[in-house]
Amino acid sequence: MTGMEKNKRILTVKDLTRYIKQMLEADDLLQNVWVQGEISNFTHHSSGHMYFTLKDNSSRVKCIMFSSYNQRLAFMPKEGTKVLACGNVSVYERDGQYQFYVTKMQPDGIGSLYLAYEQLKKKLEQEGLFDTARKRDIPRFPKAVGVVTSPTGAAVRDIMTTLQRRFPSVPVLLYPVSVQGKHAAPSIVKAIEQMNVLQEVDVMIVGRGGGSLEELWAFNEEIVARSIYASDIPIISAVGHETDFTIADFVADLRAATPTAAAELAVPHQDELKQQLQQLHRRVQLGLQQQVRRKKDHLHSLMRSPYFLYPRQQLLQSAESLDRMKDRLVHQMKQQTGKQKEKLLRMEHKLTTNSPHEQLRDAKKKVETANHQLKQAMHAILRNHQQRFLGMTKQLDALSPLKVMQRGYSLVYTEQQTLLKSVKHAQPGDIVKIRLSDGSLDCQVWSIKENEGGSSWEKNQ
Amino acid sequence: MGEESISFEKAMERLDKIVTELEHGDVPLEQAIELFQEGMKLSKLCGEKLEQVEQKIEVLIESEGEWKKKDFQPPVE
Repeated sequence: MTGMEKNKRILTVKDLTRYIKQMLEADDLLQNVWVQGEISNFTHHSSGHMYFTLKDNSSRVKCIMFSSYNQRLAFMPKEGTKVLACGNVSVYERDGQYQFYVTKMQPDGIGSLYLAYEQLKKKLEQEGLFDTARKRDIPRFPKAVGVVTSPTGAAVRDIMTTLQRRFPSVPVLLYPVSVQGKHAAPSIVKAIEQMNVLQEVDVMIVGRGGGSLEELWAFNEEIVARSIYASDIPIISAVGHETDFTIADFVADLRAATPTAAAELAVPHQDELKQQLQQLHRRVQLGLQQQVRRKKDHLHSLMRSPYFLYPRQQLLQSAESLDRMKDRLVHQMKQQTGKQKEKLLRMEHKLTTNSPHEQLRDAKKKVETANHQLKQAMHAILRNHQQRFLGMTKQLDALSPLKVMQRGYSLVYTEQQTLLKSVKHAQPGDIVKIRLSDGSLDCQVWSIKENEGGSSWEKNQ
Repeated sequence: MGEESISFEKAMERLDKIVTELEHGDVPLEQAIELFQEGMKLSKLCGEKLEQVEQKIEVLIESEGEWKKKDFQPPVE
């Protein structure tokens, strides 16, 4: 391993074969490819599978066609048959050999047309030319039918007679074209275009009678398909071939198996329409009758209303109900006044039972008692004060200086009526007033003797 | 709508609608009569269109760059 690059791998034969197989199978082209060649080494195995080789001048390839596919083959392959085979390429692992797995096969020649058909079909389908969503509706009652086909032959006759039989009143406009050969496709294209320019018809039948693939080929041409697709007028294709579809069939708005069928699809049947019309006609008449009957019924039911039938009774009823109401009113009034009266009586009674006489008497008594108490209290206070007053007068009396004077003391006043308390405040000759308990003496100071060592009442005497 | 110009298809459609209305709707009487009259007219018109039995089959012929119509007789075997 050393010395080798890391990304290099050694494969087994099996791995290699499988890898190659995967490579081949991943290739889109190889999974659906047409191959042209000559058959050799053909074996139809008892299992039903076909084994053969396709070869040309320079190369060969091994082929297998499984029984599930070869059962549908329209021809029997033989040694030397030139064919077109469709299928996918893969590897048969056991032998390490690549093989062509055939699913479809056509003899060459006509086969090349078939291949072209398949390829065009696939292409247009992918482009959306076959989408059912874009298909136009065929008018139920066309004003005029356009026919694009050969003016000779069975097809045009079938179409015309069928149109005539079903709906003879519809105009038909035939655009004669050639329907086979080199000029067929361009002439069909031109006809479709011209019909769209003229705008006289609102549905078109494009077709021809049955034939081989080559004879029908114009209806597999791309230009025809595209002009059908481009047409504003809806197109019914009518290529007389029950089983196989042409490209035109796929693009057309409606496909008919035969020209006769196309004509049947293009117009309704006159007799059916007549029947339908008769029915509608009858129903219109019945409908009106029904409407009238409905209105009549309604009117009758309205007229049956008691207001119309017995108008007097309606009034009487009103009168009656008025009376009844009056009665009720009076009754109610009476009841109301009665109730009120009763209420009043009850209240009067309550009032009398709850009169304030008693309270008045009680209150008076209370007032008297209070008065009495007040007076007594006042007396007590008065007496109390009197006693205090007397006591105080006695006290006062006891303290009075007059009492002292009664015991022999007297008071000396100056002429200025001031009390003379010291000899120092008197001068000999001063007039003084001496107050005694029972009167006063006006005196004059003769002399003054001052006590030594302080005042002494006896010495001053 | 001018009855002459109305297409058969439109006429049938309208007639069908009138019938439905008369049969199922509660239509005022005046309108019902109008619908009825219109329905009868349409019915007659459609009938006439259906009775036009002679079919006009024409074929387009190009001559000198112009397209002309000629009566066409289908080939008979």
